[in-house]
Amino acid sequence: MISNGKSKTVIELHVNGDSHEVMVRSGDTLLDILREQLGLSGAKRSCENGDCGACTVLADGKPIHSCLSLAIESCDQSLMTIEGLMGSPIQQAFVDNWAIQCGFCTPGFILNCHALATEHPNASDEVIEEWMCSNLCRCTGYQEIKEAVQSVVRASGNA
Amino acid sequence: MIAKDISTSVKKKDHDGKISGQLAYISDVKVDSMLYGVLYRSPIAYGKVRSIRLPPLPEGYEKIGAEHIPGNNFVKLLHNDQPIFANEWVNYIGEPMFMLVGPKLDILYQLVDEVEVDFEEHPAIFTLEEAIKQKDQTGVFAYHEFGESLDVIKSIEKKAHRVIEEVYETGYQEHVYLEPQGMLGIYKADEILVKGSMQCLYYVKNALISALACEDDEVRVIQSPTGGGFGGKEDFPSMMACHVAIAAKVVKKPVMLLFDRAEDMEVTTKRHPAKFTYRTAIDEQGNILSMNVEVFLDGGANAGLSPVVLQRALLNSSGVYKIPHFHAKGYALKTNTVPNGAFRGFGAPQSFAAIESHLGHISSMLKRDPIQYKRNYLVKQGDPTITNGRFRDPILLEDMIQDLLQTADYTKKKEAFRAFNQQNKRFKKGIGASLFLHGCGFTGSGERDHIKAVVKLEKTEQDQVLIKVSNSDMGQGALTTLSKIVAKGLDLPYEDILFPDPDTKDVPDSGPTVASRTTMIVGKLLERAASQLKAGWQSGVAQEVVEHYIHEDMIPWDEETFSGDAYPAYSWGVNLIEVEVDILTGSVRIERVYGSFDIGRAIDERIVKGQIDGGMAQGIAYGFMEKMTSQLGKIQQKTISDYGPPTAMDLVPIESKLYDNPYAGGPYGAKGAGELPLTGGAPAVQAAIEDALQIPFYQIPVTPELIIESLTKKDGDARD
Ligand code: FES
Ligand code: FES
Repeated sequence: MISNGKSKTVIELHVNGDSHEVMVRSGDTLLDILREQLGLSGAKRSCENGDCGACTVLADGKPIHSCLSLAIESCDQSLMTIEGLMGSPIQQAFVDNWAIQCGFCTPGFILNCHALATEHPNASDEVIEEWMCSNLCRCTGYQEIKEAVQSVVRASGNA
Repeated sequence: MIAKDISTSVKKKDHDGKISGQLAYISDVKVDSMLYGVLYRSPIAYGKVRSIRLPPLPEGYEKIGAEHIPGNNFVKLLHNDQPIFANEWVNYIGEPMFMLVGPKLDILYQLVDEVEVDFEEHPAIFTLEEAIKQKDQTGVFAYHEFGESLDVIKSIEKKAHRVIEEVYETGYQEHVYLEPQGMLGIYKADEILVKGSMQCLYYVKNALISALACEDDEVRVIQSPTGGGFGGKEDFPSMMACHVAIAAKVVKKPVMLLFDRAEDMEVTTKRHPAKFTYRTAIDEQGNILSMNVEVFLDGGANAGLSPVVLQRALLNSSGVYKIPHFHAKGYALKTNTVPNGAFRGFGAPQSFAAIESHLGHISSMLKRDPIQYKRNYLVKQGDPTITNGRFRDPILLEDMIQDLLQTADYTKKKEAFRAFNQQNKRFKKGIGASLFLHGCGFTGSGERDHIKAVVKLEKTEQDQVLIKVSNSDMGQGALTTLSKIVAKGLDLPYEDILFPDPDTKDVPDSGPTVASRTTMIVGKLLERAASQLKAGWQSGVAQEVVEHYIHEDMIPWDEETFSGDAYPAYSWGVNLIEVEVDILTGSVRIERVYGSFDIGRAIDERIVKGQIDGGMAQGIAYGFMEKMTSQLGKIQQKTISDYGPPTAMDLVPIESKLYDNPYAGGPYGAKGAGELPLTGGAPAVQAAIEDALQIPFYQIPVTPELIIESLTKKDGDARD
């Protein structure tokens, strides 16, 4: 980390349609600020080095690992956390396909798959698999998650 | 909805909170004036503490150590040899010595960094190999020996056509539950409340009573939603609970202890590394005449659960086979390394990897197909177990094998792979199987003598029914499964059954959430409780029923002589795996995976499928991907990607099948299902790789490095 300094800056974060002024130090990650200052604990802390995707949020619609993103670099983006995603088809698909066990990977996986279904409504199985690789799940064998994504992609893509 | 067939799946109880991100795991909890704790951990593997120098602590920061423990300075478990805070001797790198608490985590980390401890260092035992050599002088946590007399075996071996001896080794396995360990201690005037991620509420509570030297009603334990356990949250949380409870009592404030991933990987329990020696005598036709097995487990620095893990390892050392003149002995040994503990399968995955590998090697020496060879020795209903218990229930293994060979078109495929391999210089295909079982519930008389499970059902005036048990849902679906059992028993809609977060103030001790016992044992008690409640049902009246564990009639288990029925029932499995190996890089691609299982009756098909898929993924990865090592007492893998659990790319859809074989002692016929699916993965993947390359391996994981090394050696041997 570059700075562990005490100096703080006030920045504005746009999360789930709301704007928040937060005081951050230059080294604070987006994950820190979401969880500790904004109380958005749906983004999970698991590996904190980009391996697992439990901390995934969307920045301008693209999935990012919030444990690797600096809060100060996120102020121009429109952020979405799991708390801002209500009643989406992908959430329902996770339920319908038993794609959830312990649930700790679930918010991150759902956001990643939501972005996938939005960006690639006709995604092939290879593309789905590739996207899924940025998230880890230790409980399932990924199959149920894959089926959940496939069901949404098919529903939205097969015009 | 009222389910007609218990196996029909229902929506899981806890899905809504999980898809919305609203479900609060322990690290999501914030309470007023909460402090954090950071542990100072031993930097050395073995030595005596001479002095400790702390940096000046700012106001609001305190050191909590052994001097603050009102009761015993050990985590109550089996041997009581694990200090809560090691203050005189340290026994492994990472052992907690004391904890600094205060309001800001970054300041705590900095303070811990500035601590200076002076040690008198002593020579440590770093490897299982060293521990085996010195076992007469150093710690043996447990030892058992049983079976045919060695004299008889010696005389058989003397007359045998051949005696085949092999050494086999298995490595660490890390749980990688996605939620790192976390525990919160809350001080109240009349009680200490501990909340956290855990599998066993009463293990934690009993450890707290011992450490705090307090009365039963002065501590209280609540399980918070648990982000995966796999055994990693069986014994380990008790120590963290003691840390936060003692700290909360001293500072009179809530204290939270959260591990980050690196800390979790470095200091929490892992699957025991193991070493086996198998010695088998055969006659001229290749028939097995006798088998002599030695098992060594690396227990790490404290006994923990190693004695019971050793028992399960030994009980499974003959696999699913009836072997004439079988003898086994085993040791769980002390090393100055991170203590090993429970992991899904609990000693059995190591043994099945070893026995399956050994018989596979013998069959290929004899130029026989491994599955056909092993089939000659399958145990049958009524057969004795290796400890002179009995397989009392129907065994479907033979049918399961036959079906799977047909489904997978085994014989044809094997030929096709052979032809493919002859033509293809770089890629080699192989197919391999594993046959295995899992003894359901605690080993021996544990359920009767130690656990003595009790369950309670409470009915409100509104006729809602609440399940009161101490079992955790850690993702495996206990909330849903147990609710279904009760709903069915009461003929009520599943939605009317409530299952609040287990809280020791409120629930009796129905035992820990381990050993594939929750559905079978606790579920059976709930089935009985439901029928009792139904019989006395009074609408509009609050009612309560309690049920106690009843031990089934079995051949009494004697731990001393290691004899009798070790388990009331067994679940069974057959796996078949196809791989393609790239001999240039040593990388292995899994192409097809089949799993057939007899778990009695499935209480919920989708939940069971989830257990099968996730368990097999862990088992297969244990066989060829997941590698953890220790160097001079320090775990080398610091991140998840260093370690390498599977991603979506590494797996293929698992083609699984359930065999209905209801067990009278389980609810609606259910047996245990949680651990079984992990057990067969590693041996099947090893067998498939061996089939592809036509070389034997004597260890798991079979990593690309090992493959390249073995191929090079084979080339060298061929040239000699
Ligand atoms: S916590 Fe961010 S990738 Fe794992
Ligand atoms: S459901 Fe537990 S890690 Fe994915």
